[in-house]
Amino acid sequence: MASSKIISDSSEWTFPLLERFDKEIGRLALEEYGLDIYANQIEVITSEQMIDAYSSVGLPINYQHWSFGKQFVATEQTYRRGQMGLAYEIVINSDPCIAYLMEENTLPMQALVIAHACYGHNSFFKGNYLFQTWTSADAIIDYLVFARNYIAECEERHGQEEVELLLDSCHALMNYGVDRYKRPSPLSMAEEKRRQRDREAYLQSQVNDLWRTLPLEPTEELRTEERRFPEEPQENLLYFIEKNAPLLEPWQREIVRIVRKIGQYFYPQRQTQVMNEGWATFWHYTLLNRLYDEGLVGDGFMIELLQSHTNVVFQPPFDAPYYSGINPYALGFAMMQDIRRICEAPTDEDRYWFPDIAGQDWLKVLPFAMRNFKDESFIAQYLSPRLMREMHLFAVRDDDREDTLEITAIHEEAGYRQLRQALADQYNLGSREPNIQVYNVDLRGDRSLTLRHYKYNRRPLGESFDEVLLHIRRLWGFDVRLESVDEIGRVQLIGEV
Amino acid sequence: MSHFIDRRVNAKNKSTVNRQRFLKRYKTQLKRAVADAVNRRSITDTEGGEKVGIPSKDISEPIFHHGPGGKRDMVHPGNQEFEAGDRVARPEGGGGNGSGQGKAGRGGTGEDDFVFELSREEFLDLLFDDLALPNLVRNQLVGSTEFKTVRAGYSTTGAPTNIDVVRSLKGAIARRTALGAPSRGRIRELEEEIAALLNGGAAETDPRIVVLREEIDKLKTRIAALPFIDTFDLRYQAFTKQPEPTSKAVMVCIMDVSGSMDQVRKNLAKRFFILLYLFLQRNYDKIEVVFIRHHTIAQEVDEQEFFYSRETGGTVVSSALNLAYDIISERYDSGTWNIYAAQASDGDNWDSDSTICRELLMNRLMPLMRYYAYVEITPRQHQSLWYAYQDVKATHPHFAMEEIDSAEDIYPVFRELFKKQEA
Repeated sequence: MASSKIISDSSEWTFPLLERFDKEIGRLALEEYGLDIYANQIEVITSEQMIDAYSSVGLPINYQHWSFGKQFVATEQTYRRGQMGLAYEIVINSDPCIAYLMEENTLPMQALVIAHACYGHNSFFKGNYLFQTWTSADAIIDYLVFARNYIAECEERHGQEEVELLLDSCHALMNYGVDRYKRPSPLSMAEEKRRQRDREAYLQSQVNDLWRTLPLEPTEELRTEERRFPEEPQENLLYFIEKNAPLLEPWQREIVRIVRKIGQYFYPQRQTQVMNEGWATFWHYTLLNRLYDEGLVGDGFMIELLQSHTNVVFQPPFDAPYYSGINPYALGFAMMQDIRRICEAPTDEDRYWFPDIAGQDWLKVLPFAMRNFKDESFIAQYLSPRLMREMHLFAVRDDDREDTLEITAIHEEAGYRQLRQALADQYNLGSREPNIQVYNVDLRGDRSLTLRHYKYNRRPLGESFDEVLLHIRRLWGFDVRLESVDEIGRVQLIGEV
Repeated sequence: MSHFIDRRVNAKNKSTVNRQRFLKRYKTQLKRAVADAVNRRSITDTEGGEKVGIPSKDISEPIFHHGPGGKRDMVHPGNQEFEAGDRVARPEGGGGNGSGQGKAGRGGTGEDDFVFELSREEFLDLLFDDLALPNLVRNQLVGSTEFKTVRAGYSTTGAPTNIDVVRSLKGAIARRTALGAPSRGRIRELEEEIAALLNGGAAETDPRIVVLREEIDKLKTRIAALPFIDTFDLRYQAFTKQPEPTSKAVMVCIMDVSGSMDQVRKNLAKRFFILLYLFLQRNYDKIEVVFIRHHTIAQEVDEQEFFYSRETGGTVVSSALNLAYDIISERYDSGTWNIYAAQASDGDNWDSDSTICRELLMNRLMPLMRYYAYVEITPRQHQSLWYAYQDVKATHPHFAMEEIDSAEDIYPVFRELFKKQEA
């Protein structure tokens, strides 16, 4: 009886079968679980095309740069040697949401990927506040087309090498080209093109204005000496350079802007790795189990799925030779499952720790969590004592003033809060990346740019910072200084080029 | 609401441009890597590509990041024996560096080199980059070798593909104008006559006017009958062949296979010639290679025998030079050929023969040569041949000599001998 409902026992996929699976998974996801998604555009590609997609940071289209070639060569090499399998899918935050499926996947894997990417990631892109605030899914492809054409045009006009050097410099600062407190306006290609020309002319005039020497009273000079430009330190280095670097040509400003925009596009992804993967993994697990419950897939199908699911969420312990940090799939999936458990079958401990959600409808609680948090706050809010125990989490303090490491907290009553805070902090971009801001420009003197590194826990900058300074110098056109400020406010010059 | 697309048919080499840019950017480092690779093994072995490594440090893209030091808290899974407050020794290498992003491994086994594969084409391109046969002259206008097609105006005959439309139509207009001119002149006269008659009070039905009108109609038909375009009008673009100065070149490879050349040295010599042969094949389409090997007697052999056969005996270098001279004067006229020679030997020779060699070179061979490269394969002291050749070098700037001690020297010496010279 039940066997008649099974969609297919074969491991070979065909387009009609994929459509059938998509229909069933979609029915469950949308009607039963109420996920809200962008329309899906599912593209089947070969492994070579997957390597191509890898090398352009997962974007379907991108401008040309040697660093993508390097990435390509590296991926190709490790794939050929068999050191690394390729991801089963790549999904792009766009509307419609583009997902790439590899043709080598078996039918059960394709079903898993459809559930994972086209319903899991897709609904995350559409729902999470960071993506809502910082990216425009409907415009990104257009913008990438614009960027690619614009940069190709610049290469024709100004020479490939010059454009390449500029892009190198911008890439070095890509993580420092992000607005954290402003909603960027949506970008569409037509509009971008129209505005770009006005911008070129306008920007140039603005910049020159900055350097106009104003005759000042000697008494006033003392006061202006103390006034800094910018008046408040700025953390978006690329934005500051785009708007204020004195010597950049208009086309160079536009390229700085392009890199900045793409950096901005990836900003939410960098902050929601655990949540995003956890959410998608949770949904492929939940949706496919429902398919099994309904008798639409057979045992063999389910075993293959569970096997690859288990590999994905495997978390080796810290002392395993292949341990490389916490697996975001494992942590994210475990937390999502745990939240559902707290809703459905709370213990007393859960009621004490999570009075708001214990016993509530998980179909409301989980989407709320997905929409309104990022990794840092999500962990701080939802990591439960029970999960800390299950994962045997412990916190280590590495202080270079001590000879040994200190275990500061473990999975026990006294340690839960501290442990949770430490893990949340680990996902805080602010503490993961050095905090570097534009501090001052010597407007009246040598036009030098001063950056300040505000130290966090006395952690110094990694060694390549002097090379980054050279890149900033190339963009700025005049001397660049980097000062380090420690926690009690002492300033120290650590680099000058 | 989902839409499936089969993209497998699309082009897959989207990254080719980026890959080329990467190779171009790191050409210097790659060249170094290629030089290393060619020393490791014979290049004829590499049917496929070649693996090369360049220092990761050179290709890294710098970003601001935290360095080791300061105070940091890390959370790890899998605790078994630790209690809060425990102190443990810092693990070796990473200093507890297992970062949250899973980037730096614990073992501290950082990869020093960025290793990847070049295709054979790319490999050889880099290997022979900036190399050239010295003093190559393109000035031989030889009977039937190469021609260049150049335009030579227009002709009245030719293939239909070469019809020049504009020219042909211009001709047609001129012809129509010329052939129609008498008729048009006559029409004008007749019309003036009619006008005069009408002015004189004649009616349209007047028989004189009717006759005139009929004649005008006849003339108009004649004009209309002129063909719009006639075979007579057709013009064809004409081309002619001009002889091209071509560079014909021949390389004479002379290898010593005498008993004093032990297996190791023969291998070195062969590797040198293999490199030379590959280079010539790759960078010059039309080059002839003459293989001569000698012990006491010299012999012209084919490629297969030159590289693979074994034969030994004593050493008389002049035998090979004599043979080379004979072959050149018989087959390769120095007026039309660029003549090159490369010789490899361990420098062992009959004492009295070295002076003969010097005389042979100075008086007979060198005047014919564009370039003569001598490679001595010996880790020992030089012998008479080296000193004899030094005399040749002193008087002939296009004579070059180098020595090879071991396999690592082959490629650098080869580069030195054939580096592109400033024009």
